Amino acid sequence: MIPAAFEYHAPTSLGEATALLARLGEDAKVLSGGQSLIPMMKLRLASPPHVVDINGIAGLAGLREADGFLRIGALTRESDLEESALIRTRYPLLHETSKVIADPIVRNLATVGGNLAHGDPANDHPATMLALGAEVVATSPRGERTIPIGAFFTGPFATALRPDEILIEVRVPVPAARSGGAYVKLERKVGDFATAAVAVQLTLSAAGTCEQVGIGLTNVGLTPIKATAAEAALKGKRLDDAAMAQAAKLAAEASDPSADLRGSVEYKRDLVRVLTGRALRRALARAEGKG
Amino acid sequence: MRVQLSVNGEKHEADVEPRLLLVHLLREDLRLTGTHIGCDTSHCGACTILMDGRPVKSCTVFAVQANGKQLMTVEGLEQDGKLHPLQASFMSEHGLQCGYCTPGMLMTGYAFLQKNPRPSEDEVRMAISGNLCRCTGYVNIVKAVQHAAATISQGGA
Repeated sequence: MIPAAFEYHAPTSLGEATALLARLGEDAKVLSGGQSLIPMMKLRLASPPHVVDINGIAGLAGLREADGFLRIGALTRESDLEESALIRTRYPLLHETSKVIADPIVRNLATVGGNLAHGDPANDHPATMLALGAEVVATSPRGERTIPIGAFFTGPFATALRPDEILIEVRVPVPAARSGGAYVKLERKVGDFATAAVAVQLTLSAAGTCEQVGIGLTNVGLTPIKATAAEAALKGKRLDDAAMAQAAKLAAEASDPSADLRGSVEYKRDLVRVLTGRALRRALARAEGKG
Repeated sequence: MRVQLSVNGEKHEADVEPRLLLVHLLREDLRLTGTHIGCDTSHCGACTILMDGRPVKSCTVFAVQANGKQLMTVEGLEQDGKLHPLQASFMSEHGLQCGYCTPGMLMTGYAFLQKNPRPSEDEVRMAISGNLCRCTGYVNIVKAVQHAAATISQGGA
């Protein structure tokens, strides 16, 4: 399959890249890992007249903790996240997410920034970043701004990024003591999108009650979903079986899946209930130091 | 656009349209037809090559993105007329039937063994989970990768 013809740009600085985007507007698409964009172009689901390849811009990849945040450069490859000792030991939710995105070869090119900027509700990082309470940093010729992840996904394949903006960094708050997270995904096979998946990140108080909790849902709606009613039901509570069952039910009610080859609406909604329960239990065990 | 790249240690230059996929540059311009096109939708892994040492699906990379990169294809495994231990192991362990997925399996396996020289069966299965084989049921492919690991660790070539 051959994509429609396009003009290729390979800027070497952010200034050059955002100036190009400002000039080309909606006619341009940013090429990051390309593992979603290129298949869409080959299928002619996307035919951008201009492609702006940001892979030649130095400094956009990398993982570091600074100023209370884990800073993930937008061009960080999923395989780098997966193999990072920092991520494996301190961010189990991110580690588990990175391991189930597409397949190992695709993960060598696929990027964290691209996974979010694509705005696909079937992608895995959106739910995870919603659970983590992340922020997205975007830059344009008008300067830099920070977008809370809760305001980032505006519709199917649509985000708060403006045509002249490039996502440059994702910031995840460094977890407090007694925190744990988990990503539980059901997929038919490696490389498939989730039938449904649930991301949970929680922090316990010294007394053992739930101080903070984030719950994100993958591929069960037109956008990634933050299960806010389920979160509210858990805050301040002891995370016993009854509380978790109630939260799982509320998360299922927050989902809005469509029927497709992966299952019916009823099946997927019940799957959200089951996966939320599993993710909560695994996150709790980790917060208690047993995971 | 003019691109310069190295394939199996040899420098190449080509004039390409930006929309040309890397796999077509390799097969049609450079006549390196060992790399196969399978699904053409980044699922099957038959087109896997190494770009700067990492396995990538060359049907999902534009040739212009390979400008200045070091590529390795299945043709680069054999050295001085001698098969790489991984290729020899695919022969001795019957790690293929029709052979269509084999170039991709070999390139994924080659990069994987450099990172993990003594993998468990589970680790091999995870590593090749982006490469589909419709003949073998994977059993002999996994055996072949582990056989190669043992051969290489014993200093065999």
